[in-house]
Amino acid sequence: MTDKDRPSPEAFLRQAAQEGRGRLKVFLGAAPGVGKTWEMLTDGRHRREAGVDVVIGVVETHGRRETGALVEGHEIVARREVDHQGHSLGEMDIDAILERRPQLVLVDELAHSNAPGSRHPKRYQDVEELLDAGIDVYSTLNIQHVESLNDVVASFTRVRVRETVPDSILENAEIEVVDIPPDELIERLRDGKVYIPQEATRALTHFFSKSNLTALRELALRRAAQAVDAQMLDHVRSHALAGSFAVGERIVVAVSELPVAAELVRAGKRLADALRAPWTAVYIETRRSQSLTDEDRRQLADTLALASRLGASTATVPAASVVEGLQAFARDARATQIVIGKSARPWWFEMRHGSVVDQLVRMIDDVAVHVLPGEPEAKAAGRRAVAAPGRWGTPSDYIWSLAMVAAMTALGRLLIEVIDLGNISLLYLVPVMFAAATFGLRAGLFAGLASSLAYNFFFLPPTGTLTVNNPENVISILVLLGVAIVTSQFAARVRAQADLAQSSARQNAALASFSRLLTAAPDQDALMQAICAEVGRLLDVRTVILLPSADGPTLRAAVPPEDRLEQIERAAAQWAMDNAQPAGRGSATLTASDWLFHPLRTTRGVLGVLGLTRDDAREPVRSDQVPLLMSLLDQASIALDRMELEEASLRARQIDERDRLRSALLSSVSHDLRTPLTTILSAAQEMQRHPSPALAETIEAEARRLNRFVSNLLDMVRVEAGALPMKVEATDLFDAAASAAHDTRASLAGHDVKVDISPNIPLVRVDPVLLHHCLINLLDNAGRYADPDTPITIRARRTADAIELSVIDQGPGIAPGNEKRVFETFTRLEGSDRAKHGTGLGLAIVKGFAEAMGLTVAASNNEEPHGACFTIRIPEALIITNLTDKDVP
Amino acid sequence: MKLRHKVLVVDDELHIRRLIRAALERADYAIVEAENAREATEKLRDERPDITLLDLGLPDRDGLELVPLFKQQSGTTLIVVSARDATEEKVAALDLGADDYLTKPFDTDELLARVRVALRNRLTRDGGNLALTVGDVQLDLVARTVSKGGREVHLTPKEYGVLAQLARFPGRVITHKQIMAEVWPHEHEHHVEYLRVLIRTLRQKLETDPQQPQIITNELGIGYRLRVNSESAEAGH
Repeated sequence: MTDKDRPSPEAFLRQAAQEGRGRLKVFLGAAPGVGKTWEMLTDGRHRREAGVDVVIGVVETHGRRETGALVEGHEIVARREVDHQGHSLGEMDIDAILERRPQLVLVDELAHSNAPGSRHPKRYQDVEELLDAGIDVYSTLNIQHVESLNDVVASFTRVRVRETVPDSILENAEIEVVDIPPDELIERLRDGKVYIPQEATRALTHFFSKSNLTALRELALRRAAQAVDAQMLDHVRSHALAGSFAVGERIVVAVSELPVAAELVRAGKRLADALRAPWTAVYIETRRSQSLTDEDRRQLADTLALASRLGASTATVPAASVVEGLQAFARDARATQIVIGKSARPWWFEMRHGSVVDQLVRMIDDVAVHVLPGEPEAKAAGRRAVAAPGRWGTPSDYIWSLAMVAAMTALGRLLIEVIDLGNISLLYLVPVMFAAATFGLRAGLFAGLASSLAYNFFFLPPTGTLTVNNPENVISILVLLGVAIVTSQFAARVRAQADLAQSSARQNAALASFSRLLTAAPDQDALMQAICAEVGRLLDVRTVILLPSADGPTLRAAVPPEDRLEQIERAAAQWAMDNAQPAGRGSATLTASDWLFHPLRTTRGVLGVLGLTRDDAREPVRSDQVPLLMSLLDQASIALDRMELEEASLRARQIDERDRLRSALLSSVSHDLRTPLTTILSAAQEMQRHPSPALAETIEAEARRLNRFVSNLLDMVRVEAGALPMKVEATDLFDAAASAAHDTRASLAGHDVKVDISPNIPLVRVDPVLLHHCLINLLDNAGRYADPDTPITIRARRTADAIELSVIDQGPGIAPGNEKRVFETFTRLEGSDRAKHGTGLGLAIVKGFAEAMGLTVAASNNEEPHGACFTIRIPEALIITNLTDKDVP
Repeated sequence: MKLRHKVLVVDDELHIRRLIRAALERADYAIVEAENAREATEKLRDERPDITLLDLGLPDRDGLELVPLFKQQSGTTLIVVSARDATEEKVAALDLGADDYLTKPFDTDELLARVRVALRNRLTRDGGNLALTVGDVQLDLVARTVSKGGREVHLTPKEYGVLAQLARFPGRVITHKQIMAEVWPHEHEHHVEYLRVLIRTLRQKLETDPQQPQIITNELGIGYRLRVNSESAEAGH
């Protein structure tokens, strides 16, 4: 199998994208009045009768009775009223349809433009969204509304329609041509059966001529055949049926900022369709591009957007000249055909420079160059004015030139005695070349002119006049001017290349520093903030990042800080997220939004959106910034994606660890719960037969143990949940110690608890209940490990910068090296008697509670008498110093 | 015939009610039971109990809402019994007008002691305590004097104020807020540290061993309680 026979990946993708998507059927007519709506409704009715769930999204009956009758019986989704300049316009309610989820929806007039303020400017965009949602759509369209045929139709009907539908819509659609012979249509028109808006009556009279209708009919039939063709080919390609079709054709359309470029794009589209070739619209960015006006830039962006709507890929390529850039691009893209417009430059310009077309044809072999004429108004005035500023240079350029000429004149006067008159003229080459190379053509010419005048005046006989006697000397003057022209051309060229290299180096540097910054961000929030700051700085815009959340797009980062977005902006952000397409100002969707939202796309889908706006209400991104923005978006998406994956894997590890702890806890808990329960149960049963105080005591003791354990579990849950309800207040450590000793007296039978706390110990700011739990657990722990009948001491000591509250026992103490581990959940000290131990929750709770209050815990061993010492350290900040009864108001 | 005091036990757990009934009947109280808020409201109206033991976790209504309701509708003495041990809730119940609280699980002895204290406070409520003896400390609320072991103890006005607040309902926990509202101007209401310092000096003056307070005991995070002699509690009964 050769490369050629393999299924084309693009075809595969197109086919795959169709799965799960709704199907579009377009009833295509040559002109209004052929009965498209009628046909659509009839077809819809058949489908309904066949059991399909059909609703009408929008249908215009224009008061025709037959059509009205067909509408009856269909369920109609009520239109949404849009208020526009006092008029109430009924637009298709796309949300209601998405909500209703029919199998098939009938949508009249595919080319319709929605009222301002609608979600999409165009109805076909609504239809795309319905298709994306898996809903089939029937729609109607007249041939003159097809984007790529717009010019063709306009050329013979002299009616240009503003509302166009991109060809890509038709490419995946089933097309049914609704056709009646032109004579019959004209008849119907005469009978008033064709609805024509009042204001368009006159314009359309010409439109409905027989020749026009015949041509339109042919176009419609041809377009339908083409669509069938394309679908057939896709089928063939995706099923790897080797076929013979034109392979390897690639078309490049060179566009400019002139309005005529749109024609080139449409022509490119037709060519691409005919050749079934991929095509690219390219703009070559030269030094001249820097002097484009905003209007030019918008025109250029529109042209590129049109190309992309028509299915082209688009590119902007910096180069020293259009020819060089185009040549390089055509070579890289392996183009076989180039579409270019005839230059709008004046003939003398082309005489001097040679036209772009000529150069192109000369420089590129194997490539067919199509040259299209520009429309007359495309050469509109005003172009001159645009190019001018910046070329004249500053007055100081001329002063410098003049000064050098003067200097050379002075030098020449000194040397006139020694050197030949002819050679003096060579001196003037210096200022001319310098001015031309440094200040550009005009300054160079100025220097040349000044030099020749000076040469003439001061040196050529008769000196002191501007008269030239010797014809040879005329040549000297011409040479000076010639040198000025040539030098400045070369210099300008070198400078242009240097400038472009510099600007692309700047861009590369910007991208590199951007990616470095992103790598350095420690967490997601910092990363998003860095993205906003950098994109904002590089493009000079305000930026925000929104991520999806349960209640819609949520603002996560903004530079400069932005706390809320308007409803329309949130809708645009949502749309951009849902559809992975830009939305908002400067895009095709929800243009009323002040912000432009670009999706942050990765292979896993849309992570969020980046919003951009400008304070001065211009479009957020200039067309020449688009490639940079795209690179930035790519890098930002990758960085965000990476960060999310890292965080996800960290979370997974934490969950693993928590799972491990949880299962350890579960086994431990069931042991600790069941042991006392078993004792209580059997003691209670035993008591029914032989009541005895000893058994009752056992039950009570075990029940108390159980109670302690349950409250510890509850405490642990609170610690783990990280949400300890805290009620910090001035607390008397003495009270805390006394009540802990009181509450544990039953479980510490055999140990005397001593409270060694001065009544004058300062009050501290803690949660008394949490501190109480800490002390109870420490006492409990001491009771379990201390040697029998030894005292346990609760001691508080003021140190230089803290109060240390310790629980001290006498016993084996803590095994060396275990001082930290004892506070970890489920740590049981090795080598000890298991029966003594609880779950090991106690010390973990002490640590958790203490840390929640801002205290620290430590464990150590005491030497004399030997035993463990657990200390809670209360830092200076929480101590209420110097408050005595004298201070109490 | 001896008139027995009537206790309404409101709890949705049959076993708890049975246990409380057994303990209280042994101490010769008359018992009325209710297992939800609706039934409790009816019983409160019809039976006019002296004391109500109210569980906060009722199936049909949050017990905390019932506290002010019950206090308004009847003259019952309300002791909250709950397994919820969040301090805020206890404080809330007390501030809403509950006379005392008890946390589950509890000792029956503790329960009986609380009921006794509540009854005694109830009996002296109208006239108030005119004189009180706690351990070896005598408190004369008419003469505003305090003596310990027969010797007069000098208290500052603030100290006396705090003690008098506790003495209004001996044996019952008085919240920080309740004490401070009476003794300090409003702006100091949250300065618990002032109260803590005063309690210390009070203990220095009144307790035999300030290291083991027997007269004024602390309720963590809630307030203070003036211990009552078991004799005086019995005397009230």
